[in-house]
Amino acid sequence: MVKYFLGQSVLRSSWDQVFAAFWQRYPNPYSKHVLTEDIVHREVTPDQKLLSRRLLTKANRMPRWTERLFRASVAHSVYILEDSVVDPQNQTMTTFTWSINHARLMVVEERCVYCVNSDSNSWTEIRREAWVSSSLFGVSRAVQEFGLARFKSNVTKTMKGFEYILAKLQGETPSKTLVETAKEAEEKAKETALAATEKAKDLAKKAATKQQQQQQQFV
Amino acid sequence: MNSVGEACTDMKREYDQCFNRWFAEKFLKGDGSGDPCTDLFKRYQQCVQKAIKEKEIPIEGLEFMGHGKDKPESSS
Repeated sequence: MVKYFLGQSVLRSSWDQVFAAFWQRYPNPYSKHVLTEDIVHREVTPDQKLLSRRLLTKANRMPRWTERLFRASVAHSVYILEDSVVDPQNQTMTTFTWSINHARLMVVEERCVYCVNSDSNSWTEIRREAWVSSSLFGVSRAVQEFGLARFKSNVTKTMKGFEYILAKLQGETPSKTLVETAKEAEEKAKETALAATEKAKDLAKKAATKQQQQQQQFV
Repeated sequence: MNSVGEACTDMKREYDQCFNRWFAEKFLKGDGSGDPCTDLFKRYQQCVQKAIKEKEIPIEGLEFMGHGKDKPESSS
């Protein structure tokens, strides 16, 4: 499950001022949570575009109630990579920013396109898209699957139990089949529960792996 | 700003100063040649890449601009 965000902003400065400011925006009064900033790759392409990769570490501020759930995450900062392409000839800049740790908890990705504002060419507009996803949704799906499987097996036991007791009350000996089936049902229920637990674990693992795979491509 | 490698902060700031000047005065004006900051960048990179390895920050093998341009626009 992914939450999607789309937005647009305007800066009342020219594109070249904005692009220059992009590299100088930290620190600022609103960036107390940004702890470190490093350029880890940079090159000018043959067609005169500037490619850069910036590594940021940010303080991991989570609400109190998550601290007990995600003890491991609390200790570590969030690492974020920001890739950018500056195209001065077309007066545009594209950025793609994403978090690279705490993936099991949450992944945030953002893509921005900066260009000259359509209303005023001394302004700059930013078109921003973001995706927030969490593999915890995978875990809750797994829990549901397990719950349903266990419920189904309990329904079977309920019905067999009914048949058994009805037979008894009606003065009949519960058929041998029912007695044997009771034992079998017990075994079957254990198997089903075990299978469901394995499936749940597998689903949760897949969900977590999927998050990691989405960030790691074969180079 | 500080670098993620404490020992690299001064080198980072020196490089940044050089880059910002070149970026605004040359690169954005169409002159992308002759980057005067390459030596500073090399020194800074040697330091910071070492720090990244030591801190085991997982930046290896990640494709530039992330994965695919077409993302599903599902929202729930």
